Amino acid sequence: MISAGDNLIEVRNLRQSFSGQEILRGVNLDIPRGETTVLLGQSGGGKSVFLRQLIGLIHPLSGSIKIDGEEIAHLDERQLEPIRRKIGMLFQDGALFDSMTVFENVAFPLRERGERSEKIVWEKVARSLELVSLEGQDQKMPSNLSGGMRKRAALARAIITEPACILYDEPTAGLDPIVSDTINKLIRRMQSQLKVTSIVVTHDMISTNYIADRVALLREGRIHFDGSLADLHNSTDPVITDFIEGRSHEID
Amino acid sequence: MNFPYSFPLTRAFSLYLGQIAFLVGESFSSILLGRIRWRLVLNQIVEIGFGSQAVVIITGIFTGAVFTAQIFFQFNALNMSSAVGPVVSIALCRELGPVLTGLMVAGRVGAAICAEIGTMRVTQQIDALRALAVHPIDYLVVPRAVAMMISMPLLVGECIFFALTASYYVATRILNVNSVFFLQHMWFYTHTKDMVMALTKGFVFALIVVFVGCQQGLTTSNGAVGVGRSTTEAVVISSLTILMINFFLTMGLNIIFPAGGKL
Ligand SMILES: Nc1ncnc2c1ncn2[C@@H]1O[C@H](COP(=O)(O)OP(=O)(O)OP(=O)(O)O)[C@@H](O)[C@H]1O
Ligand SMILES: [Mg+2]
Repeated sequence: MISAGDNLIEVRNLRQSFSGQEILRGVNLDIPRGETTVLLGQSGGGKSVFLRQLIGLIHPLSGSIKIDGEEIAHLDERQLEPIRRKIGMLFQDGALFDSMTVFENVAFPLRERGERSEKIVWEKVARSLELVSLEGQDQKMPSNLSGGMRKRAALARAIITEPACILYDEPTAGLDPIVSDTINKLIRRMQSQLKVTSIVVTHDMISTNYIADRVALLREGRIHFDGSLADLHNSTDPVITDFIEGRSHEID
Repeated sequence: MNFPYSFPLTRAFSLYLGQIAFLVGESFSSILLGRIRWRLVLNQIVEIGFGSQAVVIITGIFTGAVFTAQIFFQFNALNMSSAVGPVVSIALCRELGPVLTGLMVAGRVGAAICAEIGTMRVTQQIDALRALAVHPIDYLVVPRAVAMMISMPLLVGECIFFALTASYYVATRILNVNSVFFLQHMWFYTHTKDMVMALTKGFVFALIVVFVGCQQGLTTSNGAVGVGRSTTEAVVISSLTILMINFFLTMGLNIIFPAGGKL
């Protein structure tokens, strides 16, 4: 059993509904510091909503979210800023600034945090782009990138300030197996070398097997399973085995 | 932040005013606390102020010209053609210059502000800003507001200058008004206070255009259709507000800067 101090994020009884439709019905989840937690769950199940709540982009209907021991559920926009500086977020569809080049996008967080030296900005951006295999694409506009390239540029922007915690919303969706592997290795390396705490939402079981220290399964608005990767594979729960093996119960 | 259309009209209206008041309050507190990104302000001055000049100059020239002609046709019949200059000049400074500039800028700049911020909202770029600990009001609204507050009085002045120049040419070259009379009377009856009134109105209209545009943009939802709808609303709301506020400004400012005098 992990003691409370080892959790970077503690979520209790988190609820959310949109126009009467309940999306999250009391989520309880601890995110241990310095580990990678993979969050699985069916499409439309509220995984993206959950990640957005963790950095205060959506205010929860009720429940508690503690980050580093601090309750954030009731904080306003300005009070959330110091917490958001500690956390990087990769949005599901990238959310790059479409009036800026890739370079400006990736440099944006650095410049906004007051980095004045163009030389340092240039070096860090180049290294970030290299980490996501986007060398030489820095002068393109986001609208001229492929979907996968856009996602990687957004990832470069999320990691450039070396946050203590990174939330990835489907980092490998839509990427070819080779680039997916690069991203998986990047996530793994961030965990092992920089002790970054990560939450990765994914549908990709290859990726899950490679990066996960822990796995949680969100089902019908609650955490249905929460345990190690080995626990997941040893589970005999039909919900979990169906999910891992990709079986639906539609009749052929 | 969604606009509750289903509410009764008065409630929706007070909610809307509340949202605008919140936006204005947050923006001014950011400005007073010095959270101004001057590089973005300069970009916006180029985009908003510099880019609006052609529209404003053409508006000024033709308004000045047509107004001069009409006033001349009426006044000449009464043998009062020497009054054309001052009447045109005062009407332009006090009403036509600021109002027409305001309406043209509402159409051009208000629409652009709303469409840009609205698109950023529906494509989650606003959320990306927030996630990067950058306040959307500081990054998007404040630079546009500061740029407008600087540009708009200048644009109004420019509009009036070109309108009066056009008026002079139409009156003296086409309608054969004596040019010395025209200039002397115009100069004699137009006071600094008329110009101050023009610039004050320009400043107020700048606030209306920028805050209505930003508010509509920030509350946009429903994708491309939503951006179109909120852009139209931004232009309609800011234009109508300019016309309505203008009346009250005229009444209020006339107490501070009474018309006429020096007779
Ligand atoms: N702003 C919103 N307003 C109304 N409903 C919303 C909003 N955001 C999300 N939803 C609803 O919440 C539900 C969960 O959405 P979410 O994007 O979290 O799913 P997801 O688990 O990330 O799915 P996927 O794996 O397909 O990305 C969906 O039914 C969606 O329609
Ligand atoms: Mg999602």
